[in-house]
Amino acid sequence: MTLTDLEPTTHTIQLTLKPGQHDGDGHRVAAAAARHLGLATGRVRTAARYTVRYGALSPEQLRAFATRCLADPVLHDVTLNEAVAPVPGFAAYILVARGPGVTDDEGTSAQNALADFLNEPIDTRTQHIFSKRLYLLEHDLPTADLRRLAEELLGNKMINRFEVGRVADGIRDYTPRPGGGAEAITETISLNGLSDGALVQLSKDNIYALNLEEMCAVRDYYAAADTQAARRAQGLPADPTDCELEIIAQTWSEHCKHKEFSAVINYRDLATGEEKQIDSLFKTYIKDATSEVDRQLRANGNDWLIKVFSDNAGAVRINANSLFVWKVETHNSPSAIDPYGGAITGILGNNRDPLATGIGGARLLFNTNVLCFGNPDYDGPLLTGQLHPRRILEGVRKGIEDGGNKSGVPTVNGAIVFDDRYRGKPLVYCGTGAVMPMQFAGLDSWEKKIDAGDRIVMAGGRVGKDGIHGATFSSIELDESAPATAVQIGSPITQKLAMDFLLIAARRGLLKCSTDNGAGGLSSSVGELAGISGGAVVELEKVPLKYPGLRPWEIFVSESQERFTLVVEPGRMAELLALGQEMEVELTDIGHFTNDGSLDVNFDGQPVARLALEFLHDGVPRKTLEAEYEKPAATEPKIPTQTDYTGTLRLLLGALNICSRESVIRQYDHEVKGRTIVKPLMGATGQAPQDAAVVRFNFESWEGVAVSNGILPRYGDLDAYQMSAGSFDEAVRQIIAVGGKLPNLTPGDNIFWSVNDNFCVPDSVYDPAINPDGKQKLAKLVQMCEALRDATAAYCIPLTSGKDSMKNDFKADGVKISVPPTVLYSMTAKMEDVRRAITSDFKEAGDVIYLLGETYDELGGSEFYALHGELGALVPQVRFAEAKALYTLIGQANDGALIQSCHDLSDGGLAVALAEATFGYGCGASVELPESALPLATHLFSESHSRFVATVAPADVVAFEALLGGRATRLGLVTEDDQLTVRHAGQTVIEAPTTELRHTWSNGPVNQLLGVDELAGFGDSAGH
Amino acid sequence: MAQDLQGLVHKVQLPAQDGVVRALVLTGFGINCEEEIAAAYRLAGAQATIVHLNQVLHGAVSIHDFDVLTFPGGFSFGDDLGSGVVLANKLRYRQTGPGGRTLLDDIKQFVADGKFVLGICNGFQVLVKLGLLPNLGGDVTPEVTLTHNASGRYEDRWVRLRVHPRTTTPFLKGLDVLEVPVRHGEGRLVVPDAATRGALEAAGLNCLSYIDAAGDGTSEYPHNPNGADLNCAGLTDPTGQVFGLMPHPEAFLSAFNHPDWARRRRQNPAASEEGAGLQIFKNIVEHIAQKHSVLAN
Repeated sequence: MTLTDLEPTTHTIQLTLKPGQHDGDGHRVAAAAARHLGLATGRVRTAARYTVRYGALSPEQLRAFATRCLADPVLHDVTLNEAVAPVPGFAAYILVARGPGVTDDEGTSAQNALADFLNEPIDTRTQHIFSKRLYLLEHDLPTADLRRLAEELLGNKMINRFEVGRVADGIRDYTPRPGGGAEAITETISLNGLSDGALVQLSKDNIYALNLEEMCAVRDYYAAADTQAARRAQGLPADPTDCELEIIAQTWSEHCKHKEFSAVINYRDLATGEEKQIDSLFKTYIKDATSEVDRQLRANGNDWLIKVFSDNAGAVRINANSLFVWKVETHNSPSAIDPYGGAITGILGNNRDPLATGIGGARLLFNTNVLCFGNPDYDGPLLTGQLHPRRILEGVRKGIEDGGNKSGVPTVNGAIVFDDRYRGKPLVYCGTGAVMPMQFAGLDSWEKKIDAGDRIVMAGGRVGKDGIHGATFSSIELDESAPATAVQIGSPITQKLAMDFLLIAARRGLLKCSTDNGAGGLSSSVGELAGISGGAVVELEKVPLKYPGLRPWEIFVSESQERFTLVVEPGRMAELLALGQEMEVELTDIGHFTNDGSLDVNFDGQPVARLALEFLHDGVPRKTLEAEYEKPAATEPKIPTQTDYTGTLRLLLGALNICSRESVIRQYDHEVKGRTIVKPLMGATGQAPQDAAVVRFNFESWEGVAVSNGILPRYGDLDAYQMSAGSFDEAVRQIIAVGGKLPNLTPGDNIFWSVNDNFCVPDSVYDPAINPDGKQKLAKLVQMCEALRDATAAYCIPLTSGKDSMKNDFKADGVKISVPPTVLYSMTAKMEDVRRAITSDFKEAGDVIYLLGETYDELGGSEFYALHGELGALVPQVRFAEAKALYTLIGQANDGALIQSCHDLSDGGLAVALAEATFGYGCGASVELPESALPLATHLFSESHSRFVATVAPADVVAFEALLGGRATRLGLVTEDDQLTVRHAGQTVIEAPTTELRHTWSNGPVNQLLGVDELAGFGDSAGH
Repeated sequence: MAQDLQGLVHKVQLPAQDGVVRALVLTGFGINCEEEIAAAYRLAGAQATIVHLNQVLHGAVSIHDFDVLTFPGGFSFGDDLGSGVVLANKLRYRQTGPGGRTLLDDIKQFVADGKFVLGICNGFQVLVKLGLLPNLGGDVTPEVTLTHNASGRYEDRWVRLRVHPRTTTPFLKGLDVLEVPVRHGEGRLVVPDAATRGALEAAGLNCLSYIDAAGDGTSEYPHNPNGADLNCAGLTDPTGQVFGLMPHPEAFLSAFNHPDWARRRRQNPAASEEGAGLQIFKNIVEHIAQKHSVLAN
């Protein structure tokens, strides 16, 4: 018997907690409803519901499946079908189901369990069991309140369907029925004779995100005599097909093509009158800068830079046997409309980049995430379609948790930056480091080689309507009409299986190469790979679907997640397919590569698209953009001087951008794989914040990698160049702080560094009506790139990959919220011996405390000024030569094991760094600030770059001071008592118990929002 | 990596009685701690083989060729129906041989043969959902469960454990206090009734307890990270051959895994570079090796 052959009957299984069992979810919903929505729900009881749509399941089978497979005999009562009755004492209900086509991993797992239970081959690839959650509320809330609770707390109307009402009226159910409707037809769209306005409207209506010039280029390609002749000869319509226009739109999207980073830019400095033309930001400031770094490295016997900018991730050599692969991406637009789904697909999608670099099959080592949000306590108005910053924060955090934890990849480093300009579009940066052997089955692992005749195999998840137009959608401003199909839902378990499979397949030599299906789906992955062999033929009808009803173009551009495109030699297919079957990864042969210069897409033998690769990849018109810089007016504020700054320090430690992120950090697994040596929080207390992560590569050697990030958007309000330079320096000095060394200081030292740059900026294309300050925004981007070039040259640190995101604006109700121009530098550097890593916390009373580096009058953009509601003017400058000299000296000091702790100075300056360094165990510090011309507040709170607080054991003081000379300023001693005392000019200016300071920092707004609470009530309800 | 060399579909043939302790480490379907567990066994002197669960279910690998069977941590089947539920269901119901034989039948035989089973985190959850732990009644029926932490959240944090003085399991021989990280969202042990609690306590099957700074068993968060009944972090069966725990000893193979390693090494530069979690693996490998040598002589 095959269950799915028969007309399905719908059954319902409901699991309710037995009386007396703690309903944690219910408690949390009640508390959150009161806290965030002001709704008094009374007690909340939760239940799990499964709608089963397999035919021919007997009542006995259903009951046995429910009680033996789904229910926990200790926890659950089971009810079936009409026996599903409400629990007495609850007046209202909310049922949360998923919308049609939305990934339902829980339902799929139930299907797997049913297949195991019955020992029958039932269809588990499409959805037959639908999971839902039922919430029963004690109080009889009106429908509007129930809806609010459902939409703002329990789900997201972009992906969920809700039923709400009175229990007495009967609980309405909802089960999705995806698919149906559309047939597999392909239409043509005539561009001929369309006016400029009509072309632009067509692009907008179909979310092509192409501008007039690009639309004209497409029209001209089809109108050209040789195109017309070729299409006639091949039996294709003269007009473009819907599929062809979609392929062009995906391939030419800003997301995929980086048209603005490749544009010609005319730059004018309004103050100096200086004018220049920049021939591509990418080429000028990123690619060429890295080439120059590589030249210097190679001249010095350091030839570890293996692959840059040309694959899914950058690759550098660790040693003779292995490569380190590193990639950081953003997933901003999806996270704005569905924070959980956007973030989880962000991290899973970014994982696929290192996994599918070169041949594919790298082993993932760690994840990172850097997040920018509006203030979670924001109490202003929300625009149509805009989610509250708190919801975005909680959803994104949960997405990162599930994406990383369920994949078994530790999240070792990250940051959260708060600024209300991120409340429209949050920034969600996801990074992944991986290790790949130099060779797979005798072939260089990092190469991507394809020949005509090689098979195209789709591996992993199936295709649905989810994620159609993700690439083009992220290339335009976000507005209230964001399409539901642009949301993608992640399935970590599907990807984990595919990842395990890739590892084995690569090591057995079954893969010629691979790539991931991300933005643009198959159209992008096959389109890009076809560029290597010179063509491809795809048979779209072979692509397995989640449900029927997709048009051919939808199948080709869908961004349904957890899919890889594999390139396989025909002779390897049998073994590959057998391995897929054994590991339960769906593999489908969907076509082959050619060398005839075109991308051919067929459905059931009929052509639906044929495009010349030359036009597809090189036909996009180059943009010319205008940039004009005018230095923003800024003045230094007058802030009254104080004699005691203890209160100021407490305020800073509790400030949103400085306070502890422990509640977030601990919900990420940061030590799975057992290789994390420096974690985000360390010390006996587990609460001392660290500057960078350190991860060893394996259990056989002590080689490892340090991981850091630099991001300082608020400095950009004063000086975009120094903001970018400072961000770069911040990431470098964090690695120096944990014991890393600058590259290329000695010939052949083989200390790799690998950096990803991620620019996230507001729309920077000038338009007099909709973007009048576009020229100034673009000028800032130019300056950020110039700083990047200067920084890479100064430190001899190469970029290896990156991604820019150019339209970070949210527009609705006639209002535009734009992010501040932001750049993140995500850095990795080889650690020769992770046992020599340095942590930030003070180690022993009697150790001598030093300030390394110099403090300047640079409070502009500081957290100290922000505390007073000021921005100031004097932004911190990076002095590259001085910084490099200091970092080199610190490396030498670490060679001599002279440093016991080292913490970089950043937000909040010296005072905050000193306090944080005491958080590792109950020690204190006694510090005397040296006399200088600087005002006291500047001494304490200036955020001048390239500085550290370090401690040295008494026995090493002479050697340390001899080495560091004037670069180290002796500040005082680590003390046994738990007092932080800072004195200046004979006065005590800060005095506080360090346990109290740690308490202030640990109970700041982030942990208050997301911390563990409500535990007090737990004992009462546990029932025994 | 054992898995890469071993191949997936070829039956593992191992010579018997060569003195080598053979550890089988299962993987696949979302299990994700197999590499560090294999490393732990290797560092402890055993031969570790990572095998995809389907190799065992399809008969390419027999658990009976090994001395210790290990269910690592992770998110088997995404933990979608509750941690470990779908995997346990597969072991209990998926027929692997004639007469409706299941892998659970093989595991019962494996234990009856005097061999050892270890489950960590998700693996512990599987053993509990199967009823292999605590198995007070001897009929491999679920008697307790592991469910959502009292905090309602997944957490990664280091905890201190005390070994029950009455435990007889060789895994914990000679151990008293242990520091290890927990990394779970569903680690709260629920014991349904006083009789079961009493029976566990009487036999010392609740072999690991969360303790506070003073060294006492505690129900206080965060020392007890999940609110477990009996403050319990790990269980054995009455034979001591089956052992499971929520925390991750395999995440503490090196002294440099500990959050306070830098200060500790400053205070005691000559201390061992081994992590304390390794001792559990050394214990069992040594115990099995001794059994082998007794048999050989």
